Amino acid sequence: MKKITILTLATICFGMMAFTSHSGGIFKTNTGNINFFSHTPIEDITADNHKVKTAFDATSGKMQFSALIKDFEFPKALMQEHFNENYMESTTFPKSTFSGMIENVAAIKTGENGIYKSTVSGKLTIKDVTKDVSTEGTFTVKDGVVNAKTTFVINPTDYNIEIPKSVAGKISKEIKITVDADYRHAH
Amino acid sequence: MLRSTLILFSIFTVYAGNSQTLDLLDDDESSPTTEYTFATFKTNRVVNGHSIETVAKNEFDFKISHRFGFLSGGPYDLFGLDQATMRIGGDYGITDNLNVGLGRSNVDKTYDGFIKYKFLKQSTGEKNMPVTATWISHVGMATIKWTQPNRENYISSRMHYTHQLLVARKFTEGLSIQLSPTLVHKNLVDSLSRPNDILAIGAGLRQKLSHRTSINLEYYYVLPNQLETDKTKSLSIGFDIETGGHVFQLFFTNGQAAFEKGFITDTKAKWLDGDVRFGFNIARVFNF
Repeated sequence: MKKITILTLATICFGMMAFTSHSGGIFKTNTGNINFFSHTPIEDITADNHKVKTAFDATSGKMQFSALIKDFEFPKALMQEHFNENYMESTTFPKSTFSGMIENVAAIKTGENGIYKSTVSGKLTIKDVTKDVSTEGTFTVKDGVVNAKTTFVINPTDYNIEIPKSVAGKISKEIKITVDADYRHAH
Repeated sequence: MLRSTLILFSIFTVYAGNSQTLDLLDDDESSPTTEYTFATFKTNRVVNGHSIETVAKNEFDFKISHRFGFLSGGPYDLFGLDQATMRIGGDYGITDNLNVGLGRSNVDKTYDGFIKYKFLKQSTGEKNMPVTATWISHVGMATIKWTQPNRENYISSRMHYTHQLLVARKFTEGLSIQLSPTLVHKNLVDSLSRPNDILAIGAGLRQKLSHRTSINLEYYYVLPNQLETDKTKSLSIGFDIETGGHVFQLFFTNGQAAFEKGFITDTKAKWLDGDVRFGFNIARVFNF
């Protein structure tokens, strides 16, 4: 009798998990994109990272990112080397992370195609500096895939990124970060 | 039984709720990846000689190398600045690991060309490799007028070749050391008693002072009984400054020529006599 109770309970539990996974649950990808863009009259600098690990919890609203600095790809090899060696010190600080909340997660129906907006705010860590950031994100649900997009601006000096005077004219004080990731439900 | 299951379940839930910041990601450090070492040297020269570094695919590294006269020339020669030898040339990346280069030096009006291939890359992680290794073969051609124009001179007598295995390790973020076993072959030597093949071993060291500057040391040891008695070994100490697109290498050396056969086997000046030259290499990388 007891065995049957436990079995029933287990079935119900699994059933509930399956149910929650439909409307909530964890959404993940290991191939999120982060682009940064620095514009100055002298030079535009851009780099892409296509190997960003990110996930969000559609129930609690927790959202997280982890990007390896070495995975940022530049059009010029020398720029990439200087980015890692001189600016980001990627041997000492190999990754940059974000951990925060989708504030209006309840509005995002992951089971229903549509476009939803929500503020995402949390802590962004670059090198050894952690700062609060907040940005407006667009979540597009299409056939079970949730695409999240956002753009925000950071100042490199806020994150201990030293820019020598000799190149100060080539690197913007407002670096535009664009995030674009396709999340799938994690089983 | 039921109760204990429930307790276990609630403990698990509480635990999951309290766990650390990146709990949603499989951010496992031990996942099998290979980390390749980069920037063992600031540029593809230590001082006079090549480093293991290669220029990236489709990039052209334009180089102007100057060596002035001897500091011992004193104020009359403005410490050597009245005289200069120079090489102008460039390195080109066919791939990230395969480079070719050309240059022309005013020492014996020498044209030189080389082919350079990086075949091992220092790495850690899934693939572990303690060193980076590069092979380089140079060919040089002196086009200066024959010293004895009356005898029969062959074009082949103008040629010399240098082969080097460059092996380097970046020990720390700041310290890199390179060893460069070298074979120089001269088609024409001064007398029958002189060897055509000369064996040498180079040693290079780079210590970073800041993100953009470093101190470099380079010494080429020539194995005994190979050089003429008036020749000596090349020793150089340099200072690299990287400014984004340019690398400036400022140095003191007793070598005169900016090509391998020249500074490895033809150096006459001795540091202890004050016969040291100030010199610089300017490298500018262009992208195609």
